[in-house]
Amino acid sequence: MYEGILQDLIDELGKLPGVGPKMAQRIAVHILQSDPETPKKLAELLLILQDRVNFCEMCGTVSEEAQCRICRDPRRDVSQICVVEESKDVIAIERSREFNGRYHVLGGSINPSQDIGPGQLRIKELITRLQDGAVQEVIIATDPDMEGEATSTYLARHLGPLGVTVSRIATGLQMGGDLEYADEVTIGRALSGRRIISQGGIS
Amino acid sequence: MYVSGLSLLRFRSYDYVNIKLVPGINVFIGTNGQGKTNLVEALNYCASFSSHRVSSDQPLVKQDEINAAVQVVVEQESRTITLDVEITPGKANKAKQNGSPLPKARELLGILLSVTFAPEDLMLVKGDPSERRKFMDDSITQLIPSYAGVRADFEKCLKQRNALLKSAYGKTNADVMHTLDVWDVQLAKTGAAVMYHRLKLVENMQGLVSDAYKNVSDDQHPLEISYVSNLEIPEGELSIALIESTMLQALAAKRNSELDRGVTLVGPHRDELQLMLRNLPVRGYASHGESWSCALALKLSLYELLKRSSRGGDPVLILDDVFAELDEIRRRKLVDLVKNNEQTIVTAAVAQDVPVELEGALFNVVDGTVTKVE
Ligand SMILES: [Zn+2]
Repeated sequence: MYEGILQDLIDELGKLPGVGPKMAQRIAVHILQSDPETPKKLAELLLILQDRVNFCEMCGTVSEEAQCRICRDPRRDVSQICVVEESKDVIAIERSREFNGRYHVLGGSINPSQDIGPGQLRIKELITRLQDGAVQEVIIATDPDMEGEATSTYLARHLGPLGVTVSRIATGLQMGGDLEYADEVTIGRALSGRRIISQGGIS
Repeated sequence: MYVSGLSLLRFRSYDYVNIKLVPGINVFIGTNGQGKTNLVEALNYCASFSSHRVSSDQPLVKQDEINAAVQVVVEQESRTITLDVEITPGKANKAKQNGSPLPKARELLGILLSVTFAPEDLMLVKGDPSERRKFMDDSITQLIPSYAGVRADFEKCLKQRNALLKSAYGKTNADVMHTLDVWDVQLAKTGAAVMYHRLKLVENMQGLVSDAYKNVSDDQHPLEISYVSNLEIPEGELSIALIESTMLQALAAKRNSELDRGVTLVGPHRDELQLMLRNLPVRGYASHGESWSCALALKLSLYELLKRSSRGGDPVLILDDVFAELDEIRRRKLVDLVKNNEQTIVTAAVAQDVPVELEGALFNVVDGTVTKVE
């Protein structure tokens, strides 16, 4: 056990997701021994991060502007919205280059054990986006686990009656998996093999 | 098949132990608490990801340690397969096959097949319905490894749905009802798959259990097993879709009582494997001897099913401290089974407990140290 500032830093780093005590120690000692520019740059970014980086008012993904790069891009197809759980899923799907529509980030999935119901997710915002009739298809790309499936079922039931086609990406993705860790080819296949779970206009 | 090597790291009482086993009979002698049962428990774990002694993983890890590891070398006809399992309580297991990490630990299931006979088996007959559900689920997992995923999905779904019912208590607004609707869909989907596999298992076991019971007891009355469900499935060709739609209807009908009580009342978690002798339930009516015969009959029928479906030879038989519990007739029946099996691992407190016919490699287990007697 170190003491003072170094140990404080190790403790703080250890609270981060995916960082165990050993990893925290390695990072802290590495920073201690590195070129002074490294911690300086890191500290500057940490300080401004929350002020400068926000969430896109349209889709909810991480963005420095009021609207993200994708929502601002006129070349993107406005007739398709791909619904994901987190911003990191947007990045995963973008990497596959298989999708040219826009996104909608829910901010999680329906998870009763963690007390997350539909009301805590950005579903109202999604419904608002469907009002002008430009969107033809909503592609649900929540994680292929139990909570993601439940969320998908919920969305299909509530969006279908609004007149849009609702489809679910194919589960070439392993059940219980996480979209973030799927490779580009798998994501591409899951998107192109999506199945319609609620046909638009039939309610 | 047979196991040629077994290593435990931070498992139960062991820091580290490595044992070389032989085909045929392997006998481990040690008084209680010396660690002989821990050895077969580890082996069993690699076959089913479940212990025959405890229902959680925590006790498997040596005190003050974070994780435990088990390595088993399985010899199947002409191939050697090394299985590694890392057990970290509260986290998903990690597994390797021949040194390569598997994306899902449960892909390891189905390679090592084993059937354990132990004093705990009596609970299969005398214990709660949950014991018999565990027996069915563990059996299916060995027969159809993908069932491990089906079972995990159902349990997760049940947990989520119960959490929702609890939090919904007293506030039955539309939002809650709609959320419950989608969890009904998930529960029916996963629960139907669980039920379907259990019904099929019981169907396949019925004849075998009845034969095995006649064989191990002098009783001329047949032992009858049946799957008793809280769900009334309509007559006709059994299918997952049929169970699913029946379960959805039952969930809708029971919704109000579920909301009142805050738990899921419909599903395979409330079903039972019923054992009947002379038209009476074995649990509560059978004598001690009859109960043992029933327990053995269940395990023997599992052995038979595994043997029939196995592509890698006979399942490994594990007789964990069981001879001291049995009378002469039932001992004889187990000995007959062992004589023709590819590999059997026997544990006993003292050498006198092991029937003389079971001669093979002999190991002493004293205070967590295993020594082969040459
Ligand atoms: Zn956006």
